[in-house]
Amino acid sequence: MKFGILINEGPYQHQASDSAYLFTKAAIEKGHEIFRVFFYNDGVNNGTRLAVPPQDDRNITVRWSELAQQHNIDMVICIAAAQRRGLLDEGEAKRQGKDANNIAPGFRISGLGQLIEAGIQCDRLVVFGD
Amino acid sequence: MAEPWEEEGPGTVKKFMYVNRKAPYGTIYALESLEVVLIAAAFEQDVSLAFLDDGVYELKKGQDTAGIGMKNFSPTYRALEGYDIEKLYVEAESLAERGLTEADLLVPVEVMSREALAKMMDEQDVILSF
Repeated sequence: MKFGILINEGPYQHQASDSAYLFTKAAIEKGHEIFRVFFYNDGVNNGTRLAVPPQDDRNITVRWSELAQQHNIDMVICIAAAQRRGLLDEGEAKRQGKDANNIAPGFRISGLGQLIEAGIQCDRLVVFGD
Repeated sequence: MAEPWEEEGPGTVKKFMYVNRKAPYGTIYALESLEVVLIAAAFEQDVSLAFLDDGVYELKKGQDTAGIGMKNFSPTYRALEGYDIEKLYVEAESLAERGLTEADLLVPVEVMSREALAKMMDEQDVILSF
């Protein structure tokens, strides 16, 4: 089956991203396809490479980056939600006149249309939120 | 025999339901849900909105946000008609539990029982819950 994943909560604060990660990993292991993982609301904060969680804890962002790299998963951060919350890639930082960017490897910033497209293209869109 | 999700071509129209469960202010869910709905309108899908729990407050007439320093975005619900989004369902029990009636709402809606709304949800292809 072809899955789309929507994550609406930030890392550590809420379990949504952990559950989404475990679901995504399990789906891949069972031979399903992940069409896209879309990050919205505070979920965009899963994509910052500047977080430094304690060493004895899981690193949620690195975990996503590695999973995306291993399985060629499309991970999209909503641009409107990202702009509000200070998530920037190089192009956005330049466009907005900011002095830095913070997006982690494997994530890309794009529009909400990517979420709707996932809803249309996938057999199931699974929402992880509060 | 092909599964239902295997029969969909590129011109597919799916039933998308946006479920609004949170009060309009206090958290960003209501506003960012509305932003998804406005983008989704361009995709020519079969869109409906459901309002339940504190989400029914999103449609309350006479919202005045001056005291909390936030933008009153409730007029946007009136604009949905212009985007051909006309299916707004409100859960009767959620209204009653909060002492509200249909006359308290700022747009025409269809009030339905929890049971009827559950059936409606069952008929959807994609449910986005905020």
